[in-house]
Amino acid sequence: MSMKLNTRQVDGVTILDLSGRITLGEGSVQLRDAVRDLLAKGSKLILLNLADVNYIDSSGIGELVSAYTTVRNQGGELKLLNLTKKVHDLLQITKLYTVFDVKDDEASAIASYTRA
Amino acid sequence: MHYGEDQQLTGSQASRITYTLESSLDSVNRVEQTAEQMAKKAGVDEDEVFRIAMAVREAAVNAVLHGNSYDPDKRITASFENTGDSLVIRIADQGKGLDPDTLPDPLAPENLLRGSGRGIFLIRSFMDEVHFKLLHPGTELTLIKHLGTAQTGS
Repeated sequence: MSMKLNTRQVDGVTILDLSGRITLGEGSVQLRDAVRDLLAKGSKLILLNLADVNYIDSSGIGELVSAYTTVRNQGGELKLLNLTKKVHDLLQITKLYTVFDVKDDEASAIASYTRA
Repeated sequence: MHYGEDQQLTGSQASRITYTLESSLDSVNRVEQTAEQMAKKAGVDEDEVFRIAMAVREAAVNAVLHGNSYDPDKRITASFENTGDSLVIRIADQGKGLDPDTLPDPLAPENLLRGSGRGIFLIRSFMDEVHFKLLHPGTELTLIKHLGTAQTGS
């Protein structure tokens, strides 16, 4: 039921590979803590790979938004990679699809970040 | 964990299951799973099962989190009924009461980047009818999905 989270570094971008559910009490807190830890370490270019996230609820959507604004407010960039159809549809109906920078190819996603 | 459970048959086909549950995330998961099973049993397609289960989960989260504020002395009640024409799910809490007219529009530009406030919107998006009833104390949400349009025809 819970979310799994793996971190890797590619060309100065931190990729968080998430799998499972991002919901109240499950993945939401893990995601918040992970993003907070990265920012504390100075990693401000973050790519959330959601390819294996099969479920997200309103709390999880809220957490994605909070992560996005938190990173942006610290001068970083947070982008989304490989949305499943369900997550894509949810971001569409909540009008967040155009708020996020959504990518479907890892290499081009990595290349799209603005390096200082 | 203690659950109150009451099953009653109200007709040859219709049946209603009612749970009285603690204000916990376990209860939210149980309510969600029951809704998913109910929708599958009713023969609705996979996308609709997802929407119904998610709407019911959001209603349960509202009841546990915003209604009862995880208060161990307060319970939520969840009932599930297939009337033959519709799936009717009722989720009630014992909180302060929710006035849906006071909720900010999560699609308004000034609210888009808020970290919360999308639950009721998703419920309304995914169900055919949503009704709010103040219970004094508490709120009861009735979520209805009409069958026929949602069924796969099996």
